[in-house]
Amino acid sequence: MSETSLAGQVPAAATHGAETGAMAPHDLPLFELLDVEKRFTITRPTGFLKREKRSLAALDGVRLTVRRGASIALVGESGSGKSTLLRVLLGLAEPSDGKALYCGQPVNEMRARDRDFARSVAMIYQDARASLDPRMTVKALIAEPLMHFGLCGRDEVDDRVRALLARVGLPGDIAARYPAALSGGQVRRVAIARALASEPTVLIADEAVSGLDVSTQAQLLNLLRRLKREMGLTLLFITHDLGVASYLCEEIAIMYLGRIVETGPTGAVLSAPAHPYSLALRRAAPEFFAPITDPLEGEIPSPLDLPKGCRFATRCAFVEEDCRADEPVLAPIARGRSVACRHPLHEAERSAFSSGVPSPAPPDRPATGGAELSA
Amino acid sequence: MAVTDMSLDPSVVPAENTKNAARKPRRRSVFLRRPFFSLALLVALGFVLCAVFAPFIAPYDPTAQSIEAMMQPPGGEHLLGTDSFGKDILSRIIFGARYALTIGIVAVLIGAGGGLVLGVAAGLSAGWLEWALMRLIDSILALPSLILAIAVIAILGQGVDKVILAVGISLIGPFSRTVRSDVLQVKAQLFIEAAHLMSIPRLTVIRRHILPNVFFPLLVQITVRISEAILVSSSLSFLGIGVSPPTPDWGLMIAEGRGFVSFAPWMSGMPGMALAILLVALAIVGDAVREEFDPKLKRAQ
Amino acid sequence: MTGVSSDVVRVDAAPLLAIDGLTLERGQSRILDGVSLTLGRGETLALVGESGAGKSTIAFALMGLIGRTEARIAGKMRFDEVDDLASLNERGWSRLRGRRIAMVFQDAGAALDPCYTVGGQLVSVLRRQLGLGKREARERALALLEGVGINDPEARLSAYPHELSGGMQQRIMVAIALACNPELLLADEPTSALDVTIQAQIIRLILTEIRARGASCVFVLHDLALASQSCDRIVVLYAGQVMEAGPSRGILENPRHPYTRLLKSCVLEIGTTTLDPPEGGVPSYDDMPAGCRFATRCPNALQRCVAERPPLAPEGERLIACFNPEPRS
Repeated sequence: MSETSLAGQVPAAATHGAETGAMAPHDLPLFELLDVEKRFTITRPTGFLKREKRSLAALDGVRLTVRRGASIALVGESGSGKSTLLRVLLGLAEPSDGKALYCGQPVNEMRARDRDFARSVAMIYQDARASLDPRMTVKALIAEPLMHFGLCGRDEVDDRVRALLARVGLPGDIAARYPAALSGGQVRRVAIARALASEPTVLIADEAVSGLDVSTQAQLLNLLRRLKREMGLTLLFITHDLGVASYLCEEIAIMYLGRIVETGPTGAVLSAPAHPYSLALRRAAPEFFAPITDPLEGEIPSPLDLPKGCRFATRCAFVEEDCRADEPVLAPIARGRSVACRHPLHEAERSAFSSGVPSPAPPDRPATGGAELSA
Repeated sequence: MAVTDMSLDPSVVPAENTKNAARKPRRRSVFLRRPFFSLALLVALGFVLCAVFAPFIAPYDPTAQSIEAMMQPPGGEHLLGTDSFGKDILSRIIFGARYALTIGIVAVLIGAGGGLVLGVAAGLSAGWLEWALMRLIDSILALPSLILAIAVIAILGQGVDKVILAVGISLIGPFSRTVRSDVLQVKAQLFIEAAHLMSIPRLTVIRRHILPNVFFPLLVQITVRISEAILVSSSLSFLGIGVSPPTPDWGLMIAEGRGFVSFAPWMSGMPGMALAILLVALAIVGDAVREEFDPKLKRAQ
Repeated sequence: MTGVSSDVVRVDAAPLLAIDGLTLERGQSRILDGVSLTLGRGETLALVGESGAGKSTIAFALMGLIGRTEARIAGKMRFDEVDDLASLNERGWSRLRGRRIAMVFQDAGAALDPCYTVGGQLVSVLRRQLGLGKREARERALALLEGVGINDPEARLSAYPHELSGGMQQRIMVAIALACNPELLLADEPTSALDVTIQAQIIRLILTEIRARGASCVFVLHDLALASQSCDRIVVLYAGQVMEAGPSRGILENPRHPYTRLLKSCVLEIGTTTLDPPEGGVPSYDDMPAGCRFATRCPNALQRCVAERPPLAPEGERLIACFNPEPRS
């Protein structure tokens, strides 16, 4: 298999090689989701002894391509289907319809076939503490994938664990401790070290930096950035924070109610969102000294009672009559950008909607914090 | 209102600086921090020593009768008095510790072993097998342990070994229930899913991640349930269906002294006191073991 | 801004709240170390800092939720005519808590009682605190729910908290907190569990309601950008000490204290391309320096900083506790 050879060429201690793309013998994307649909059936009581079975689409026609070496941020509110998408990608849930491919093969088959998939696709959970066995020391936790995938001999384990800890910026003496004795930031680092232990090609992270103090978050973001660069990792980052997305990922996919509504290069999408929902998210992100706006009315509707036509129509500030007719599909609007909207936003509309916001036209508004540092 | 405020708890403050943590003096010893635990442990150890070295410690033969020394009150030649046959109560209590502790520990181990197998099987199985195992556990639990033990004795007959077996079987129900709920709880944890994601084989996951996380709470259960086993075995003897009379068993001694309570209260009181002290000591030790050695409860220093 | 006070001593027109040298110790740990701040009427104040800074502790102390048995409290908390909140007994508190000082908690799902309907909880607060009749209380509850932007309030009254979304729960918390028109609202990270779009809604809701009532508000926030958007003044805390306090625009545009600068340099905005956070984190209470607690991580630290506590000194409109602050720009 091609990815075996690839994985063999990426040693854990590789400090070179941002050109993983060159190592891939072909252009087959790592992950490809083709109109993936995931439905759940729920039964709810409708009266005494009466039940009704209803189908709920957590994912509905999701198309996503993850190229080798890409970094993609998956953004959306809770209930947008991010977690279900993640489970499909990891092979923990089978799509009800459509295809989820890894290197051209269905994810489920790849997972069932051998350990290669499990080795190349590593996961970092949002709740890092819960993802680590509380009765294992840090050393045992990191050694587990090393031994399981047969990546090193028993006598090398100590050195490898130490090297991995050093790689995530932790001192070696932490190896003897239990997760309960570590701080939140340290636990996340251990979880990252453990994910890196299997020498993965893809790192999937679910809100890996949320709920931390800003300085710890910044440390972790820099760590992830460095690792991505040094190890040529492909990164799929689920986040609700647009700042994190723009700092870490070159591409962004914005999800709403089980659909991807806009994709494209992070900078372009965030500076000039084409979908009204992307614009609303962009406007809702806190920004120094900008007046607080209420960019989006109401809350995300239940996937059981999807609105007719475009599913964002109920909350959209730019809704028009034909939006409620039928559902728009994700279609290309510019180089590398796609949007699922009948009436993609133009510059005039954006600024009319968001008066008081600095023009997003390049050069980008100087980042108040970063500018001082980089100067 | 159920409000938790993390920053109120000083122990939650991130101690990112590990160098500082390493420099800090070691925590004070468990025995200094928990005086009650130390005392209880000493008492429990005292009982164990009495049990082991009974022949050397006991001043008299526990079964030797003496008409001259019948029903003597505590003090004098017989420190804790004598019973209606003139047997020395102190010696009988010391020898009784042997029976109490042997029955308690072995019975609990039988119960824990059976409970572990049943509970893990019920927790991991699904479908009809889970249903069948659960009904089996339910049926064991439906009877109070004493009643169940009486039923087993009725089938097996009397004797120390039969009592051990009876008490052990009666404890399988409670043990398997707690083990099963622990298994279910651990099974739902994120680190089990993480292991699954790594394609670690199911049996390895059970052995490496589920069993250790179930085993520790089981150890705590064992220390707590030893007292229950001792109590049930004493109850059996008290009812006259446990061990047979000349044996120096506390339950039996309490039963024998029952008729003389009004004028010779020490006959029931002394073995009763020994039983109570041992049970309380074991309970304190069990609690402290749980609080002290569970890494989940251990926080960052 | 009504009560811009540049100094704890030199207070203009009696602020609503004045905390002076508040110190709180729990066991061996000094969680708050001489915190002083003032809050004018109609003013919004943000307490910002990392976890362990003592932000929530201050809010809980102001709400009388820290028992005398769990912690030793020294210093003064003057609220309007009440000389010291810390010396109030439970009876004194019952006249203040919920009526004149109310709180919106971080996790509304946990703060609302799952066994009672939303209406039941709201009505019971109104009846107990304002002595309203059953019908009156119900009508007032309906009006309150409508006021916090809940559609179909009639139906929501009979809903249980778990049937509502997080945003809806937080709206109800706000409605309960505002039920008695408090003079001071404490909002402890009211939106950290919510989506950004809902966060904007809730913060706006709180600000609108506060302004309409002329009440003051103390926000506990960890997001500096959000603090700059929602509050007139901010107090930057580190490990229980006030580092810098003053008008939010001034402080966040030109942070003078090295810690404020650090915090701000770590804020991630859309388009941020470089972050340069220092390594390490807040030391544990056993390792705290006797002087400025930030001294161990401070890039500007002088020899004296570790041993000597810099006083919270006025400088222009703000207060800075630093021997070696960043130059004015």
